[in-house]
Amino acid sequence: MDVTFRIRRFNPEIPGKNKPYWQEFHLTDVEETDRVLELMHRIKWEQDGTLTLRRACAHGVCGSDAMRINGVNRLACKVLARDVGNRIQVEPLIGLPVLKDLVVDMEPFFANYRAVMPYFINDSPVPADGRERRQSQEDREKFDDTTKCILCAACTTSCPSYWANGQYVGPAAIVQAHRFIFDSRDEGAQERLEVLGEPNGVWRCRTIYNCTPACPRGIQVTRAIGEVKLAIRSGSPEGIIEESVGPVASSNS
Amino acid sequence: MKIHQYDAVVVGAGGAGLMAALYATKTGASVAVVSKLYPTRSHTGTAQGGIGAALGNLEEDSPLWHAYDTVKGGDYLTDQNAAKVLADEAIDAVIELEHMGLPFDRTDDGRISQRRFGGHTSNFGEKPVRRACHAADRTGHMILQTLYQQCIKHNVMFFDEYHVVDVIKNQGAVCGVVALELGTGEMHIFHSKATLFATGGWGRVWSVTSNAHSLTGDGAAAIYRRGIPLQDLEFFQFHPTGIYKMGILITEGVRGEGGVLINGRGERFMEKYAPSIKDLASRDVVSRAIFLEVQKGNGIKGKDYVYLDVTPETVNRYLAEAGETRRIDGEYIEKKLPDILDFCRTYLGVDPVKEPMPIQPTAHYAMGGIPTNVDAEVVIDENWTVLPGLYAAGEVACVSVHGANRLGTNSLVDLIVFGRRGGKHMGEYAKQTDFVPLPPNPAAEIEAEMKRIRESTGKTRPGVLRQSMQQTMMENVSVFRHESGMKDALDVVRELKERYRNDITIDDKGYKFNTDLLEAWELGCLLDLAEATTISAMTRTESRGGHSRDDYKQRDDANWLVHTLVTANDAAGPYGSTTIEPEINLKKKVDLSLSEHDERFKPKERVY
Repeated sequence: MDVTFRIRRFNPEIPGKNKPYWQEFHLTDVEETDRVLELMHRIKWEQDGTLTLRRACAHGVCGSDAMRINGVNRLACKVLARDVGNRIQVEPLIGLPVLKDLVVDMEPFFANYRAVMPYFINDSPVPADGRERRQSQEDREKFDDTTKCILCAACTTSCPSYWANGQYVGPAAIVQAHRFIFDSRDEGAQERLEVLGEPNGVWRCRTIYNCTPACPRGIQVTRAIGEVKLAIRSGSPEGIIEESVGPVASSNS
Repeated sequence: MKIHQYDAVVVGAGGAGLMAALYATKTGASVAVVSKLYPTRSHTGTAQGGIGAALGNLEEDSPLWHAYDTVKGGDYLTDQNAAKVLADEAIDAVIELEHMGLPFDRTDDGRISQRRFGGHTSNFGEKPVRRACHAADRTGHMILQTLYQQCIKHNVMFFDEYHVVDVIKNQGAVCGVVALELGTGEMHIFHSKATLFATGGWGRVWSVTSNAHSLTGDGAAAIYRRGIPLQDLEFFQFHPTGIYKMGILITEGVRGEGGVLINGRGERFMEKYAPSIKDLASRDVVSRAIFLEVQKGNGIKGKDYVYLDVTPETVNRYLAEAGETRRIDGEYIEKKLPDILDFCRTYLGVDPVKEPMPIQPTAHYAMGGIPTNVDAEVVIDENWTVLPGLYAAGEVACVSVHGANRLGTNSLVDLIVFGRRGGKHMGEYAKQTDFVPLPPNPAAEIEAEMKRIRESTGKTRPGVLRQSMQQTMMENVSVFRHESGMKDALDVVRELKERYRNDITIDDKGYKFNTDLLEAWELGCLLDLAEATTISAMTRTESRGGHSRDDYKQRDDANWLVHTLVTANDAAGPYGSTTIEPEINLKKKVDLSLSEHDERFKPKERVY
């Protein structure tokens, strides 16, 4: 099939192109199973080498190529031509400064990530036998969903609350915090709940729910945020996950 | 141009680089990690099935068995002292990852869960053993995230999206690197006492690959162009199960969970090629079997692929046949292999719980690379002479624990064990050493080359040359090789290099985020590695592990228990010549130290 791309472009170095503008590209012989990333590579490699985007693994694991495709945040390598039809509009993520074409400044995103102490905290001595800290598979599963995050920023940059206020830590940072708050081996929950209880923490979330469908890893982002809210309210992550599954999930559906 | 000074500079931010950075930091050294990608984009994150360690959590296991499997898997080209270090330290390294918070799957009693993997056996090849420690089918993702998290915790300094393009030598030592800052196009000099390359592999030399677009061998090429040898380049692993046409990896863990390979006649053909462990034979063995089946017309619908079948009916049928009591269902597969199911559903529209997956071998892993000793110090000749100040770890390095063929899970072990040893050693080394001064104008040559590419006025887009290289390498220097095909490939690659020098053009003349320029640069690296790989492969007149020749079908231990060192002839200048006339050195003997007092480690015929 034939496909027309409409791509939002911006090049800070070239007069006339240093304000955002749209450009169309046409491709023929497109297979239904071609990834949007492959098609953008065809544009870059066959038509216009100045087209600039980030990418690496090309199969949805590294998180480099999040962009807005037909109005929705997606990874370009996880969208096939048959999913989007023959008119494909591509824009950079919203809410982060655009540096060139589809490349945005990720630093504000990573600064929010770092703010939630996204690392394992446990200063207790390791087991005397020198082996692993034990954890039941049941406890392991409580935070399984949020371990899948690849820091692509698709959720955070789909969030109207984040667009309105870049100081809000955003869904991705909360997902990262959730992964540790609900890990039975971690001892930093209280500190994280304090950070997330501040004005630019979880309470900026208005449960708009854009983040969950935006996640290319299928993480139940809104539910994770809800669980963190409940943990802050009750003062501890203890018992939250068992309790929250019903109400939080249903409030999103 | 900016000049930065750090005790230790780590190039690349995958598993090996981050582990090295953590450990160098812990010794008190000042450390910078310089990476062309944001660290979490590194390819370690795509590793799926597991990390091997003889924890013995589910059945009896021993590091000596792990070392044996590694040596046998490597078709006896593995340096045995290094295999012992790998297997011994794997246990502690995996426990350390758990202590860093890595969310492994758990056994019923809360310990790290383990699964079977190709080539991993108990009691010196007797039967498959559960050794692969896993976190669903995203073990690499968890390792990469965990190590990055720890680096943030320990305030490691990162230079993200800085592309290292050259290594700086002076007074017989390495004293830093030159990097291009993507965002600005500006050149930076990183002046260091110790520099560790952890830049990964170069699967993008081939057209069907599991590797990220970023895996263009820039680190290895930079080293090679400065007259430092690369080792065993002819050994490049083709993983048997890549998604048909796309190359995306389907973990061996699928077969570890009971999945089987089926040909167009509906036969489980691995029974013929590896009667004892069948589908769980080493990767080289399985990839060759698939090629041979396809050659015989036994591909699916006569085409060049076969099926990987993990549907519960098939798996349970073979489990019953083998007299095992275990049975699986759809829910089990969803839990154990969620990402695999997602890939197949997304890209193929195939649901592996209900239908088999179409697969073909895919270029996956460089066993060869920058030669090092077990402390990750780079060694430059057959006498293991250390080049002061230079280290390498992970896929870009060649210790050599993987020999002629790497076992599944051992790449992750390699990253952690040798990244850690390299980091420790760098930190200690930096304490005892002063900075070697930088030579005058260390970035001059690179700046000239970048200017050449930026201002080139030829007719050919780099992508055209890249495609041509990938095609010829896939046809002639992949699973099976012979002299005339490789000669053709070499001619093509050399012609492409000529055109790369004289006839390319790029569209983007700018400085900020000029990925057009960098892709062209990366192509130059790939071409050098394709040439050196082909020459190494033509030199080795035997078949061993991942290097299988139609014209020399036998392994030849009398002549070939040696590593291949290939060095670029420095005299022509690394950037001025169209063809690098590589020199081959075949004097570096394989370390067989374990076999000296243990008969079982002596090279013998490799049967699975």
